[in-house]
Amino acid sequence: MSERAQLLLELADDELILGWRNSEWTGIAPFLEEDVAFSSIAQNEIGHARALYDLAAVELGTDADALAFDRKPEEYRCAQLVQLRLVPDWAQTIARHVLYETADALRIAALKEHDDAELAGIAAKVEREEVYHRLHAEMWLERLRNEARYTEAVDELWPYALGVLEPGLRPALAERVGRPQVQAVERSAPGEEFAALWEEMTMVRRSAPVGAQW
Amino acid sequence: MIWEVFRQERKGQPFVHGGSFHAPDKAFADAYAREFYARRQESVALWIVPREEITEIGEFPDEFDLKYRRVDGYSIKARLKEARERAGTAAP
Repeated sequence: MSERAQLLLELADDELILGWRNSEWTGIAPFLEEDVAFSSIAQNEIGHARALYDLAAVELGTDADALAFDRKPEEYRCAQLVQLRLVPDWAQTIARHVLYETADALRIAALKEHDDAELAGIAAKVEREEVYHRLHAEMWLERLRNEARYTEAVDELWPYALGVLEPGLRPALAERVGRPQVQAVERSAPGEEFAALWEEMTMVRRSAPVGAQW
Repeated sequence: MIWEVFRQERKGQPFVHGGSFHAPDKAFADAYAREFYARRQESVALWIVPREEITEIGEFPDEFDLKYRRVDGYSIKARLKEARERAGTAAP
């Protein structure tokens, strides 16, 4: 697989799995307005995943659905941060949201300068929605930043957040978040929590014969 | 805290009341208003106002039936018909 396809799959898997995890809050968020807003962010992330899979699919000779749902668990390349099941801890969920959006902003900014026009183009498109996600993350950060349950959650998730980015971008993230650059939790073979997610996420696709039309 | 939303569908049109929602402060209200009233480009601009900042005035006595002061005036047709009947003339 080319480096470009690998990069696209990393990005797409991050967005799909984070969107999936955030959508676990649909119907159970702390209050209704937030339920709608957070669900809609989750949907946006899945939309970004779709666009990224589409691009990878052209190169890999397949389609977005097959990449999203028909791979084996060990073939996913998402960061460990997005795999964690955080329901029902809202402080941890917001900590992940803030850390991911901060890391993602750095990653998208770098991608917009990419020599590959398609990659740069999709980064610019994704960025237009991410602006709103960051606004949402920042308002929650302002609200929770001095609460122990929030700062403890950031402490815990910080090594995972570093693992979202390639090593070259990590110092910038440490500076933005105001934390030391510790040992990152790297992208590696997905863990146990991912296995359960994958079971559920691919259940419907697997219930029908290969090549079934929906 | 309840916020009232007024939305403008197209530039130059008046803002029309769209609904209301809960949000703890202005930053949250901003985010939620965008989410609920502009996500699908259904508005070009929004006004969001804390409900407690709105003064409602709703009692307007009209003891002397001064209809001619109102913008919709009064029905000329009905009055004309009455006058014609009194005068015993038919409509032209």
